[in-house]
Amino acid sequence: MNADRSSMQEAPVLGGLRPVASLSPPALSGWGQLGVPGRERLDENLARVTRGAVLTRGLGRSYGDSALPPPSHREVAGTRLADRILAFDPDTGWIRTEAGVSLGTLVWTFLPRGFFPPVTPGTQFVTVGGAVASDVHGKNHHVAGCFGEHVASLRIRVADGRVVDCGPDRHPDLFYATLGGMGLTGHILEVTFRMAKIPSGWVFHEAERIADVETFVARLQEAAGTWPMTMGWVDCATRGHGLGRGILQRGRWCEPSEAPPVPPAPLPRRTVPVRLPNWALNRWTTRIFNELYYRKQIPRATWGVLHPERFFYPLDALRKWYRLYGSRGFTQYQCVLPDRDAPERARQFLEVLTSRQGASPLCVIKDCGPQGRGMLSFPMKGISIAVDLWMDERTQALVDALNEFVIDAGGRIYLTKDALTRPEHFRAMEPRLSSFLAVRRAWDPTLSIRSHQSVRLFGDPP
Amino acid sequence: MNVVLLGATRGIGRALARLYAARNDRLVLMGRDQAALARSAADLATRTGGGAPAAVPCDLDDPAGFPEALDRAFEALDGRVDAFVVTAALFDTQDHLEDDLARAHALLRVDFTNTVVLCEHVRRRMLAQGGGTIAVFSSVAGDAPRKPVAIYGAAKAGLSHYLSSMDLRYREKGVRFVCVKPGFVRTGMTAGLPEPPFAADPEPVAARALAAIDKGSPVVYAPSIWRLVMLVIRHLPRFVMYRLGF
Repeated sequence: MNADRSSMQEAPVLGGLRPVASLSPPALSGWGQLGVPGRERLDENLARVTRGAVLTRGLGRSYGDSALPPPSHREVAGTRLADRILAFDPDTGWIRTEAGVSLGTLVWTFLPRGFFPPVTPGTQFVTVGGAVASDVHGKNHHVAGCFGEHVASLRIRVADGRVVDCGPDRHPDLFYATLGGMGLTGHILEVTFRMAKIPSGWVFHEAERIADVETFVARLQEAAGTWPMTMGWVDCATRGHGLGRGILQRGRWCEPSEAPPVPPAPLPRRTVPVRLPNWALNRWTTRIFNELYYRKQIPRATWGVLHPERFFYPLDALRKWYRLYGSRGFTQYQCVLPDRDAPERARQFLEVLTSRQGASPLCVIKDCGPQGRGMLSFPMKGISIAVDLWMDERTQALVDALNEFVIDAGGRIYLTKDALTRPEHFRAMEPRLSSFLAVRRAWDPTLSIRSHQSVRLFGDPP
Repeated sequence: MNVVLLGATRGIGRALARLYAARNDRLVLMGRDQAALARSAADLATRTGGGAPAAVPCDLDDPAGFPEALDRAFEALDGRVDAFVVTAALFDTQDHLEDDLARAHALLRVDFTNTVVLCEHVRRRMLAQGGGTIAVFSSVAGDAPRKPVAIYGAAKAGLSHYLSSMDLRYREKGVRFVCVKPGFVRTGMTAGLPEPPFAADPEPVAARALAAIDKGSPVVYAPSIWRLVMLVIRHLPRFVMYRLGF
């Protein structure tokens, strides 16, 4: 084990991050297992724990360095012990919670009572504060928008120490900058938002196998007109004609008449027991996995009633699945490409990826609705593509190439997933950045609240 | 069941309150921070869809206030308390306590003397009502002398001794004393400390404590592995303990 450690000290420093496996504890990392030395300050009392903190962190599900302290700091405030639900109105769905409540808690508390989070990402293990800071989107983005669309007000500890309530009619600049603002405008303490009323706790779901990426994107856009929840997995390991073949998922909540009589219960979870060796997941095993996953969908189309966890959170069944990537760590690359020529753009994106030997076991495509209210909110009308990339000496060049393609296409990337984008690339794809930074400066002139990511991308003081 | 919880706003107490609330027990929350009590009462009400439990301020460092606080708690439950649970306590590292004797004094006062006095008030009331369960969260730190928990462990050792002796004295008369001994639990109290083996989350610890309180078990370790761990540590020879750091 010691020998293993010392050999990994030589591991490449990726955007100032190291594989956590090579860091001696205490260390903090994103979900991609790339991190820095540091620890969380935790307390049930969020107002106390955020006082003077450089950054706040939730459940650590963002992939890159957005929840890591800047290089000069070793400690961030953690929200996860602040998990109280302060008010709920069963007539309207309005709810007020502390920032550390997880979406999973909300799902399993309110699903039996006919409510579900208005928007949920692909894991339930995120906090409400994190959902606001990332302005998360989900399978219903084309009809419901981002999480921030459903938020009425926020209670924030701003940089000068004051606790401020904001919303569309009170400090709107702070409010809109905080939705998708990556926690850089202040420490989110409480969130008031609206839970969605659902007819039952079960999902009616259709899955369809599609042979190529252009058809895939076209079918995805078509499904958006009739289905409230859509997304798909595509094979981005197979080159040539089969590139981008995939499985399209469509879903809606079951009507009470279709649903099983009892509400669903949380599913059992397994834990990946150990880190796999780094070579276990490579281009060839990825290709085999993709082939099998694609073939699994036989017959061509299936439909039926599905447990909501299998529909929304398939990966949550496997705790610590990041261990499948080994000790080297990984990142996710997620971008949105504008609607114009979307099917063709999607194919070109996959071609850039595969031409540089990039292969991802997980490639998710989703069509997005219009841009949300958050000043830096990620989605825009178009097609979002997300791929996992393990870390090796080629990853930085691959991310650079993908970023150049995205800039050319007029798209942008999702900060919540990012660890490797260069500042000049980010500025080129984000004309909204300067107005966001102006609001942030107004509330925090010395940039006392900042992250490893904001130092890397916005040029904040280290 | 009618339950009073002192320390229900944080850590294991918070998790335990949620378990009681989920099965529709009638609760009174006690604690020293009135705002935190109100937030926790609201949390329990929204999670269950039921009414908010009563909240009664009570500071373990103010024994003069115990009678009045208990009057209010018993009154809120129509004079009948089936289980009185204390999870509140102070904690600090041995190094801090050695450097700050005022803090050490406060910890000994709160975790031992005042907790015992509070239990005595409750015992009298429970005898008068014909029985009940007094459950107090002590700690595995009180089970054996160890370097990192000398002062905290001493307070908890005294507390465990009191609870077990009182259980011998009063079980026949209907008052049961339950001594809960958690190991390292990931709460605000232990945040920032290096995590030892067998560290647990508050929810499973609370679930185990709840079952023991329902049953009236005199002593319960949570997680259960700590019974074995402490058995081993108690039997380690002294020359080994001199060398060990834990």
